[in-house]
Amino acid sequence: MQMNSMILTLILFVPLAGAVVLALLPDRGKTMQWGALAVTLLTLLLTLHLPYWYNYTAGGMQFVSNHQWLAAPAIRYHIGVDGLSMWLIVLTGVLAPLGVLASWKAIDTRSKEFYVLFLVQQTAMLGVFAALDLFLYYGFWELSLVPMTLLIAVFGRTENRRRAAMKYFLYTFLTSALLLVAILWLYSRTGSFDFTVLSQLAAAHQISPSSQALWIASLAFLLAFATKVPVFPLHGWLSDAISEAPTAAAMVLAGKLGLYSILRFSLGIFPAESHRIAPLMIALGAIGVLYGSSIALVQTDLKRLAAYSTLGHLSFCVLGIFSFTIAGLDGGIYQILNHGISGGAILMLMGMLYERYRTYDMRDLGGIAQKMPWMVTLFVITTLSLIGLPMFNGFVGEFLILSGTFPAHERWTAAATLGVILGAAYMLWMVQRVFYGNLGPKPKALASGIVLPDLGVREQMSLWPMAALMLLMGIASPFWMRAIDLSGTVLAGKPAAAAAPRVVVLSSATFAAPDADTMKGGK
Amino acid sequence: MNLLRLLPEVILTLTGVLVMLAEPLLAPGKSRKPLGWFAISGTLYAAVASMCQLHQPVGTAFYGMVQVDAFSVFFHLLICSVVLVTLLSSLDYFEGFATHAGEYFALVLFAATGMMLMTCSVELLMVFIGLEISSIATYIMAGFRKGKGASAESALKYFLLGSFATAFFLYGVALIFGATGSTSFSGIAAGIPNSQTPLLVVASLGMVLVGLGFKVSAAPFHVWTPDVYQGAPSPVVGLMSTAPKAAAFAVLLRVTYMAFPTLQHRWAILIWVLAVLSMFTGNLCALLQRDAKRMLAYSSIAHAGYLLVAFTALRADGIAAACFYSAAYAAMNVGAFVVLTQVAGVEEKLRNLEDFAGLAQQRPVLSAALAFFLLSMIGIPFTAGFFGKFYVFSAALHAGHLWLVILGLLNSGIACYYYLRFLVNIYSPAPASKAEALRGKPVTIATGIALALCVAATLALGIVPGCVLHLAGRAAATSLLAR
Repeated sequence: MQMNSMILTLILFVPLAGAVVLALLPDRGKTMQWGALAVTLLTLLLTLHLPYWYNYTAGGMQFVSNHQWLAAPAIRYHIGVDGLSMWLIVLTGVLAPLGVLASWKAIDTRSKEFYVLFLVQQTAMLGVFAALDLFLYYGFWELSLVPMTLLIAVFGRTENRRRAAMKYFLYTFLTSALLLVAILWLYSRTGSFDFTVLSQLAAAHQISPSSQALWIASLAFLLAFATKVPVFPLHGWLSDAISEAPTAAAMVLAGKLGLYSILRFSLGIFPAESHRIAPLMIALGAIGVLYGSSIALVQTDLKRLAAYSTLGHLSFCVLGIFSFTIAGLDGGIYQILNHGISGGAILMLMGMLYERYRTYDMRDLGGIAQKMPWMVTLFVITTLSLIGLPMFNGFVGEFLILSGTFPAHERWTAAATLGVILGAAYMLWMVQRVFYGNLGPKPKALASGIVLPDLGVREQMSLWPMAALMLLMGIASPFWMRAIDLSGTVLAGKPAAAAAPRVVVLSSATFAAPDADTMKGGK
Repeated sequence: MNLLRLLPEVILTLTGVLVMLAEPLLAPGKSRKPLGWFAISGTLYAAVASMCQLHQPVGTAFYGMVQVDAFSVFFHLLICSVVLVTLLSSLDYFEGFATHAGEYFALVLFAATGMMLMTCSVELLMVFIGLEISSIATYIMAGFRKGKGASAESALKYFLLGSFATAFFLYGVALIFGATGSTSFSGIAAGIPNSQTPLLVVASLGMVLVGLGFKVSAAPFHVWTPDVYQGAPSPVVGLMSTAPKAAAFAVLLRVTYMAFPTLQHRWAILIWVLAVLSMFTGNLCALLQRDAKRMLAYSSIAHAGYLLVAFTALRADGIAAACFYSAAYAAMNVGAFVVLTQVAGVEEKLRNLEDFAGLAQQRPVLSAALAFFLLSMIGIPFTAGFFGKFYVFSAALHAGHLWLVILGLLNSGIACYYYLRFLVNIYSPAPASKAEALRGKPVTIATGIALALCVAATLALGIVPGCVLHLAGRAAATSLLAR
């Protein structure tokens, strides 16, 4: 049992300790790469402890560690995971070594700074998922900003990188400032930063008698989280940041932190208010799906296409979360994981293309399939996963979301389903333009007569685990759903205490297996 | 007993005088470092003496002029630490440049004496004396890069404007003496309700606030700050942007809470306005600066604004937050100036933000330290700056100043832009021609210790602030609210 209370602390601080060690080692040869790989693999091993020992019948918060940090103000070192955060922590663990492998050659100068920042970023993200004390959570939340901003500003691709980094920082920092005000207000009302205490008080309507104050505080929370996701009108930073960021950073840039925070804190502390704003969020989600997909359709730059497709996919998650049905919530959470894997894989593949052709411009590419059979195989697998083909992970998530959202929000769901079609269109069109057809005019940056190799061993090693996960998560979804469903059920039940249930609750179990492809004939 | 209560000041004065006397005895070409180490040991003794005062009962000395309590001890320790780091970082700064380095060490000690007197005096004339001792020493130190036009300009500007502000303060003292017949804080507080001339009381409150507002460089009394900081030697800027400010804040706290408690409704509004003006002026002007020291000058104005926010909370936790913030700000700001001192040297080779490009490659450790201090100033979690801001804003929110908190946090958003711009500059690649200028002198042991102290303090205040927080809480409770 000792191990169980220590494991989260270990997971959190192994990357940080690794960062310190790397900072002290001399930057020679591939020392940094090997060091970072060792640290991230160790973290991955440690995270695997969680799903193996998690008690699925008991559910709730486990592996809890709760110590006093400061007496006044009452700040605690309180961490723990439940079905919601557990897989997100494992996902973060999985993506890290792959990110290191993807940056192996791409980052050739100042690799020490890169890997140190990368590992600090890792700790911050894991901390966000594990923290159950609002103060601690806010600490990790803000901390996650700094390494990311520096990674973009220092290791960005073009001269535009500093602007992109500033934009990212200011967008997220300004809204986080309001989040801090709301957290301080909560503390001044209740005298506690503890999430479990606050959510119990919220359920008993004891936080504040003023419904208006609660409403404003809930908006401050949601605004900060929605900016980080990003949700539709707040996505101004996204395309610049993704197109500038080095691959390993772009993989973890958007999505999971913000969406997790909405699920945990907005829904946990402000259940009634979240219910109240749900129609707006559903609408924004649906608009985001359509908007992101349509803009992606007209991009010529691969990275910008990835950015807008990210917006589209994350909007799907928003749609599912704010449906407040078990199916919708389960799907939303599942889709966060899917996006982490498939979205990460597509960015890695694009990065590998860039390493060879020195361009992300689709007009300069074409006919690559003949030269790089392995590359095209993996690219197509990832594409199929992203557009939600049955048997792949994307299908399970999207299907659950749409089926959970449809009963209450028919029109918006119908509109969002259109986005699925658009999504298939831009992805397949992209594959066609890049890999098939005539060989593109050779980019000027490349000397003539150079041989472009297919995927090497390192690249294959970083991509096949992703491809395997895409398939496994599509076929054996109940394995993951087991824990997610526990949280989804709790979250769907929560607002019911505050407001009447709005929709028929669907059992996710019936939809968990991807056997209902007829219902997705629209593809 | 009287002497014991002033022991830290006495130690500093004696050390300063001895340094003064020893300076001409050393041969002209000889290194003045031993004098510096002597000054450092004197500062350490003074700190220990202050620490011992913590166990004494609260009491006054010298005919009620001085009151020693947890509040004064807190600021004594803070000032001693700042002076210690300043002395350590300037040991090698003047080596081979100034001819009177020994005097410099003595001046630092005298300035510290003045500041410490300010924090423990409970009598306006005594405050004035402390203020003058510290100011005159700082005026001279600002001009210590001799032969440099900018340094002389800085000293002269500081002197003229400073004297002007001190005159305001003194005028306020005269008026309040006329209105209440007393210059001691308790006498004033007792005299105000019976005063025949309430207008005079309000006018004197305003004058005193102007004088102190100048010292803490709160807008609109901030105009001297950027020019003075730009020209003065870096270690001196590190000192004068933190220690005299902390002392002036201590005086401001004592004056407002002890001498003018009945006029709270008036000064609370004034301080509210000062806080908002300082935050906006500081941050918005800092956005436009190209010179690193000028930028930090405006940032110090903004930080004065954050401190004033804590003031408006009007409660024990507000005072504790203000005390804590002074300490946090001192740790990170002095740290930043230690790095600037080291990389720019006495010639001040690096001025503009662009000059710092490539620093990370040439001096990775110093750059990392500077980056850490800048992040702390932004208020990134697990640093002193974050906890400081957190306490300040939660105290203000507790007191119901929601708008002030929102404005304040908005400001910290604006502030990240220029800190980050600086930070990104440090980490961007440099043109090859500049590499030589960045290399600079190797870090000596003294500077290393100073830097380590600052980093450790910034980190400790961010992660385990309990000890300092406890002391700040005691300071707030014993001195001000007990009355």
